[in-house]
Formats: sequence, structure tokens, C-alpha cells
Amino acid sequence: MGKTIAEKIFAAHLRDEPFAGTRVLSLDRVLCHEITTPVAIADLVWRQKDRVFDRDKIKVVIDHVTPSKDSKTATQAKILRDWARRHEIPDFFDVGRNGVCHAIFPEKGYIRPGFTVIMGDSHTCTHGAFGAFAAGVGTTDLEVGILKGVCAFREPATIRINITGSLQQGVVAKDVILHVIGKLGVNGATDRILEFRGPVVEAMSMEARMTLCNMAIEAGGTCGVCMPDMTTVDYLWPFIKEEFGSREAALADYSQWVSDPDADYDKVLYFDVSSLEPQVTFDYKPDCVKSVADLAGTRIDQVYIGTCTNGRIEDLRQAAAVLKGKRIADSVRGIVSPATPKIFSEALDEGIIQIFMDAGFCVTNPTCGACLGMSNGVLAEDEVCASTSNRNFNGRMGKGGMVHLMSPATAAASAIAGTITDARSL
Amino acid sequence: MSSKKIFGGSAVVLDRADINTDEIIPAKYLTEVTKEALTPYILEDLTLDGFDPKGEKLKNAGVVITRANFGCGSSREHAPWVFEVNGVHTVIAESYARIFRQNMFNCGMLAIELPKSDIDRIIALEARGDMQVSIDVEKQKISASSGSETLGFDFEISPFDKALVEAGGWVEFADARY
Repeated sequence: MGKTIAEKIFAAHLRDEPFAGTRVLSLDRVLCHEITTPVAIADLVWRQKDRVFDRDKIKVVIDHVTPSKDSKTATQAKILRDWARRHEIPDFFDVGRNGVCHAIFPEKGYIRPGFTVIMGDSHTCTHGAFGAFAAGVGTTDLEVGILKGVCAFREPATIRINITGSLQQGVVAKDVILHVIGKLGVNGATDRILEFRGPVVEAMSMEARMTLCNMAIEAGGTCGVCMPDMTTVDYLWPFIKEEFGSREAALADYSQWVSDPDADYDKVLYFDVSSLEPQVTFDYKPDCVKSVADLAGTRIDQVYIGTCTNGRIEDLRQAAAVLKGKRIADSVRGIVSPATPKIFSEALDEGIIQIFMDAGFCVTNPTCGACLGMSNGVLAEDEVCASTSNRNFNGRMGKGGMVHLMSPATAAASAIAGTITDARSL
Repeated sequence: MSSKKIFGGSAVVLDRADINTDEIIPAKYLTEVTKEALTPYILEDLTLDGFDPKGEKLKNAGVVITRANFGCGSSREHAPWVFEVNGVHTVIAESYARIFRQNMFNCGMLAIELPKSDIDRIIALEARGDMQVSIDVEKQKISASSGSETLGFDFEISPFDKALVEAGGWVEFADARY
């Protein structure tokens, strides 16, 4: 019997099996941000164990509320900053150099095929796009990761999602993953790894694959994962060229992580997306998904483009293509947050920022911000937001607010119309 | 900063599936840097018929009884912590989101799964009046009593999760072993 990629990564990182069914893995990356790490730091200090297992494997960013909005968030940032300096952690990203964790860490080349990655953030599943095992964890797992470089998981079971057919013009990774979550349900993949396969995934850019894997958690999945291929190698090339010498050599090495053809899956599901239309959520769960046409005309007050799901350059390009030469509705507040300084800079160079500004958008610095109702676009009671983020929970972007999740192009079209709108109809 | 956990006590019922961690503790309170500071905000954004997050019932509870996929969404350990600092050290549900369940055991607390039919019976018993739940971790048994009626259930937790509860949490377990 062959092995899945997750089984291969688990086998290569197995540190201990304290009980049947429990695998303690050694970690290649422990990622940290200012919301979930400070309590772990305080606990380590209290235990007189203020140490880090490997400062080069720990990557740190301030991203959720940045620049700090008040004394409390300033304190969180300070705790993280002081800790990173105290332990001389080289890869620490503060104001001016910081961006949304699940965009900036891949962009820096920190995530490689075959890696094990944890972070105190549920959307850590994003990094599986690189053929890594990447899981969101709580602060206690993070604390042990920082101190010991290990984390415990159950034996990996995988659901293989085969995405076949060909996407229509204007239908993108976000529409695919919303559709898949709508079919799986919010706990359809609990304790499972979602392995995204098939020609549609193979044709996707790394940015699109990150969008797919980012929302695995919305179906309860431990991790989303894509097979490493030449697209992965090309994305990582600036960081790996000295290690491998040629792209072919890198691909040959990374191929060791590809699931075997005779691997055993918990389930194998097929999605033919040839007739898929742009998707949007309704209600307060990410598995409540319909075609945009079904919600067309729904009034919106705010449009939010950005986040770890859809704040990358490809996403901004797709939104800008819809917005170019147009103005957003007077009744709508448009907010765009490029996910990293590099993306912001590229968007400036490509004229995308000007398109957003000419359309009437507010351009904010890279931050998680409004996605979880912390800053930069919190909703008031009864307000409705068309958002490219990943969660539409009740109150997520502000108490009493409603969030509709959608692709960047749909969000841009909705901003122009003032109601939920299919970009293809403009 | 673990302290001795008490398993059992009076119960509060949250009779809905898919209660997420934003409902348990809204993100705006994640700016706190101590567990204790979270205390007043428990379940603040959960709207459920007959449930009052500021009510006496929750204030006195040691156990939460709930439905499927409890604790879905954000990985925030602030969700188990807000239960911990309010004296709720046990959750009994049909099922959990992975991260929440692990966070509970990592804190040395209990996230027990029972089949829907058992949860139905416990909720029906609770509806009769103040219900007391007692839990024997070693024998993996639950006893729920209201008035003269008592229901008994066996539960399963993995040997690893049991070891975490006995150790007081994952930091204690890992520090002794790795």
C-alpha cells in the first residue's frame, strides 16, 4: 500500500508515539503572531523556561492589529517584539515590514515541500499549498512548539478532493473552495487532511492554491495540501536555487512528497467545476453557499478586499480588472488591504493601487484588521459586508454585522453596483 | 499556569450545533494578555433562546452540555481559557472541532464526546430542573442527576488525552518527556 503526502511527512518527522494513534512530530517551522503568542511567552517566563528550541525555525510577525490601535494591542506587540529581540530571532517582521502571516511567510520562502508547520492561527492550513503539513493550533501547542520543537497529532487520515473539468472565465479558486465547503459542510473534514488534486489544481498558481488550502479549516480540516510540482519550484526558485542548482533537480527532490498512486484515502470525492458559477455565502456559516446569481441584488454597505485568503497580487489584479475606469457606489465603503508590503509595492508598480483609489477605495496597510472585526473596517449593527475573507460567523466583522464571502472579482463588481453582483454581468 | 481542575458540577445546556469560538469569546477581547481578564466576556456573542451569558445558570456551571462541532472556527485558546476562568472545566458534546478539542485537553480539561441519543437524554433531564453532573475520569463514567432521577454514561477518551488530563496539560506532559 502506498502512502499519502501526509503519511510521508508524518513518517519523516516522527519523534515519538507515546500512545497508539498519537504521533508527536518534530517541527520545521513554528510561526508566531501577536494575538496568540504573548500568553505562551508569559507562561514560559512564569515557568522559568523562557527559551526557544531553534531561533532559525521560528518566524515572527505582528499582523492582526498593526500599527497598534490602543494600549492593549501596543502591549501585545511589545511582548512579541521584546521576546523576538531577547532570543535574537532573525526573522521578525515589525511595522513597515510586516504583512498578513499566511501571505508573508510563504512569500519569504519559509515554507517548503515536506515541512511540518504550526502556528497559533487556524488558517495555518494555507501553507499546505506548498506540499507541507501545516496545522493551526492553540497557544499551549504553540508554547510547546516554541520550547521543544514538537507537536502531537492523531494519525493522518486524508480526503482526496479531485477537481476536474475547466473553470469558466471569471470563476476562480475562491469559488471552487466555497463550492467544496458547501458540499462537505463545516465539519465534513474534521480530523482529516484535504488533499486537493486534479487538472484544475495543477493549473493553478501558488496564490490560487493558497486560497484553496486557506479555507480547509472551514470544513473542519486539519490541513489543506497540494502536490509539489514545477509551479511550486518556480515560486520558491529565488530561495532554493543555491540548494538545488537546477529546477529539475528541485522538482526531483520534491517529488518524494507526492502521494503514491495506490495511497489509501479515507474518502475520494470528485468535483467537476466546468459549469461552476461565481459563489457567495449567505447566513452565518461558511458552508451556506449559493451562486452569486441567487443573491444578486442584496444590499451591501462595505466591501473588503484583502486577508490571508485573497489579499495576494493575483487577487488584487482580478479586482482591479473589474474596477478599472469605474467608481464604486456612493452607498458603499470600499477597503482594500494588500496582504504584504511586497504585494503593496507590486500593486503600486502595476497601477493597481491607483485603480482602487480612482474607484473610491480606501487603501490600508497590510493587516488582518477587519476580517475578524479588530480594526480598519469593523461593521456596525445591521451592516452588510461583501468580503474576500474566509469567515462569515455572526459578529465576525463586528457585532450585529453580516458578512458575505466571495471572490475578489465578485467583491469589486458588488462595490460598483452597491449590491451583490456577478462581475461577468458588468 | 495550570491549577487543579474540578470535573463536574451543575450544567448549562447550549442546544445548538456548530457553536464557534467567535461566539465563545469574540475577537475584540483577544487583545487581553491574561486568561483572567477574559472572565466577564464568556459566550457574549452567543444568541440562543433561553440562554443568558450574564445569567446565574452559567455563573454557577461547571459543565457545558452541547451539540455537534462545538468550538469550530478560530484556533484561539481563549475559548477554553474563558471556560477555565469561569470554572467550566468540562464540555460534553456530540463532537468537536479538532483544535478546540485539543486545546481543552492541552489545558488539562475535559472535552467528552457522547452520541446524539445520550446528549438528547441529558438535555431532557436538565430541562426538569437543576442538574448535577459528576465525572469519574479514571473509570470514564458520567452520572447526571436531577431530582430523583439519575442517568449514567460511559465515555471514551484517547489514552493520550487521558494522560494530558492526569498531567495537568500538554506543557507538563511534554516538558517531562522531551
